[in-house]
Amino acid sequence: MEFIFELLIAFFLIVSGVFGFVGSFGMIKLKDPMSRLHAPTKATTLGVGGVLLASIFHSILIEQRLSMHELLITLFLFLTAPITALFIAKWHIHRHEAPEDLPDAGEDKLWATHAVEQVEDVPDHSAN
Amino acid sequence: MKLLRRIFPHPHLSFLLTLVWVLLANAPSLNSLVFGLLLGIIIPFITQPYWPDRPVLRNWPMVVEYMIVVLWDIVVANVTVARIILFKRDADRQPNWISIPLELRTPEAITVLAGTITMTPGTVSCDLSAQGHCLLVHCLDAPDPGAVRDQIKQRYERRLKEIFE
Repeated sequence: MEFIFELLIAFFLIVSGVFGFVGSFGMIKLKDPMSRLHAPTKATTLGVGGVLLASIFHSILIEQRLSMHELLITLFLFLTAPITALFIAKWHIHRHEAPEDLPDAGEDKLWATHAVEQVEDVPDHSAN
Repeated sequence: MKLLRRIFPHPHLSFLLTLVWVLLANAPSLNSLVFGLLLGIIIPFITQPYWPDRPVLRNWPMVVEYMIVVLWDIVVANVTVARIILFKRDADRQPNWISIPLELRTPEAITVLAGTITMTPGTVSCDLSAQGHCLLVHCLDAPDPGAVRDQIKQRYERRLKEIFE
C-alpha cells in the first residue's frame, strides 16, 4: 500500500517539476515581453499546485497527520499572482504601447493606463 | 438577531479569518479556534468603514460550480500552453490583444474575472478601460480572438453575473 502512495506523491512531484521547467523555458524561448508574462503565471498554477498536492498527500498518507497549510499557499498565490502580472502588464502598456496599437476600448474610448497619462504630466524617463 | 448582526457585521469575512487562522496554526485545537474567532470578530468590526456596499453572494451552488470549472480549465490550459511553448515555433505563434466588453458592473466581480483570466494560462488580463466597461486581455496564441472572447464571456462572465448580480 505504501508503494502506491509513494507512486502517487512522486507523480505529483514530477508534474510540478515538468510544468515548472516549461514555465522557465518559456521565459527564454518567447521573444516579446507580453508573451513572456504568460510563462510565470503558468509555473504558479500547475507547477506550484503539484508540489502542494504532493505535500498534502505525503502528510496524510505517510505521516498520518492532517496538514492543510498548503491550501493557504494556494489561496495566497491566487490572490497575489494576478496582481503582479497586472502591474507588469500596465507598466508595459504605459511605456511601450500607444493607444492606437491596442484594440478598441468600446464606449470608454481609452484604456485606464492611457487615460491617466492624459490627465497627469508624466515625467520623461526615456533618456536614461 | 440584531445583536448577532452587530457582533458579525460581515459573517463571511469572520468565517474566512477564523478558517485562515486555524489553517495557519496547522493543528486543529480549541486554542487556535478561539483566537481565530477573536480575530474574526475584531477585524471585521474595525474595518467596517472600508466596505460600505459589500457585494452579496446570491448563488452558492454557482460559486462551487465556478471553482470547479476554473480549476479544470487551469489544468487543461496548462497542457495547451506547455504544448505551445515546447513544440510551436515562435514565428507561428500569434500573440494577440483582445478587448472584452463587460456586462459585470460590481468591482468585486470584475476583480474575480480579471484574476481568473490571468490564472488560466494563455491569457493575461492587462488593463481596464477608463470607466471600467471593457477588459484588455493578452493572449499567448489566439488565431481567432473572437472565439477566445466568446469563451471567456460564456464560461466565466455568465457565471459571475449569476453569483454577484
